Amino acid sequence: MKKAGKIAINIIVVALSLIYLFPVYIVIVNSFKNRAELYENILAFPSSVDFEYYATAMQKMSFPRAFGNSLIVTVISIAIIIVLASTTAWVLVRVNNKLSKIIFLVFVGTMLIPFQTLMMPLMQEMGWIRDHLRIPMLDSLGGLIYMNVGFGASMAVFLYHGFIKSVPVSLEEAATIDGCNKFTLFWRIVFPMLKPTTATVAILDVIWIWNDYLLPSLVISSKAYRTIPLSTASFFGQFTIQWNMAMAGLTLTIIPVIIFYLSAQKYIIKGVAAGAVK
Amino acid sequence: MFKKQDKGWYILFTAPLIFIFTTVVIIPFFIGIGYSFFSWDGLPLNPKVFVGMENYVKLFSDGRFLSSAIHTTLFTFLAILLINLLGLIFALVVTTKLKVRNAARAMLFMPYLIGGLILGYIWKFIFGDAFSSIGEQIGLTSVFFNWLLDSRFALYALVIVATWQMAGYIMIIYITGIQGIPEDVIEAAHVDGANLWVTLFRVKFPLMMPSFTISLFMTLSNCFKVFDVNFSLTGGGPNNATEMFAMNIYNEIFQLNNYGYGQAKAIVFFIVVAAVTLYQVSITKKREVVMV
Repeated sequence: MKKAGKIAINIIVVALSLIYLFPVYIVIVNSFKNRAELYENILAFPSSVDFEYYATAMQKMSFPRAFGNSLIVTVISIAIIIVLASTTAWVLVRVNNKLSKIIFLVFVGTMLIPFQTLMMPLMQEMGWIRDHLRIPMLDSLGGLIYMNVGFGASMAVFLYHGFIKSVPVSLEEAATIDGCNKFTLFWRIVFPMLKPTTATVAILDVIWIWNDYLLPSLVISSKAYRTIPLSTASFFGQFTIQWNMAMAGLTLTIIPVIIFYLSAQKYIIKGVAAGAVK
Repeated sequence: MFKKQDKGWYILFTAPLIFIFTTVVIIPFFIGIGYSFFSWDGLPLNPKVFVGMENYVKLFSDGRFLSSAIHTTLFTFLAILLINLLGLIFALVVTTKLKVRNAARAMLFMPYLIGGLILGYIWKFIFGDAFSSIGEQIGLTSVFFNWLLDSRFALYALVIVATWQMAGYIMIIYITGIQGIPEDVIEAAHVDGANLWVTLFRVKFPLMMPSFTISLFMTLSNCFKVFDVNFSLTGGGPNNATEMFAMNIYNEIFQLNNYGYGQAKAIVFFIVVAAVTLYQVSITKKREVVMV
């Protein structure tokens, strides 16, 4: 009796979790239906599996290109954030003087500034740099990456700072006596010890940069540089009435997220927990 | 570790990030304050006219801005409540000894990974076409109609979507809190004859205060600054009835081309966000139970 009850509770919990994901189900089933079928019954399975709308959506969104752009921007931004923030945080912890404290406080304090407060002046400044210094900060993937690094700096420095404080300094001192310079000392000895924080920073930043819409929408204007959220938004501007096509487009954008989630689920949940609790 | 002669390393290791950070965050912040005292339409050739505090004074008689403040407050209040309630319930369920707890946790967390923009589009279909088509078929049109065309229900729709996105995330924070409670404390409560409710409200919750602080802080700042979902789900409509703070600022600057005035709003937005978050952290910190 007790065992049956336990099985029942397990089944109920799984069923409720699946119901929680019903919007994903609705998107996927309707991406295969034609217009008449879609409005006949929105919740039903499609009568035939036809990838016609996927082919069109993929072409209309220039999906491979957008995917490539998103991938480039996400990977390079995160690599730069990790390299620069870990070294910065390490020095700020190890050189415990007034200047370090002030720099750290500025990093943390600015986390309170919402993006909307910075977006217009930032675009003006980047426009000025483009016009006067001839560096293409606007409408280029490089400019977008640069700004991502700026916006990701605070959080990453904060997380590394907290972790490095708990790492004993003795190992580093031993390596210094052995004649390591600061550069090799950091990359050979310190950086490998920071792995858990590096994973946390990488995961939090993937979720943020991959899905970011507002900053790229202000920076990028050429079709060729659109990231996935940008191409989705412009696709929706044109096809909101053709929901079956729109659903195929949405499914395309969700697939990479689901693959990422399935392949690194444990790390993602751990990373998100570590990032939030600190 | 670092001696006087290591100054070069200090600069080499910190300067690149400080430089990027300064150009992307610090400088725009200060020029932003400057812009807020000018009247300007954003066109480089047109003059920027110094108007002093006028932009800030104008804010208080701007009906659209004030109603966006009301929407944001209402939305934030409802969303915080719902997100934390669901997140806490989810966390309590997936920290039991159920066999399916890991699978359930994985499923409940998933919406958080799909970005706000995409989520908004998904639900736009559900609350719009799907709802009205279901309503026509089963006749329950008092519940199933196009929520996005009704000013009150469109706001509720936003609350639901925000909850769907964030509840799994907040669940993770509560899970960390629950797992941090020592087993022997719970056992001691059982020995003393505490039932499920008493254990929950008198033992578990007080020991989870840090998780409540973090969760409230996270939901408050995320909901208050909501933009993506707002943009893709309702676009601020119908009749600006769901236009939140962030979107009002965006529209003022980039749609109506009031760069100076919009920036004044953005500065006020910053002050409100900073004040509310700092205040909230300071009061919840006081209520935390100290574990010895």
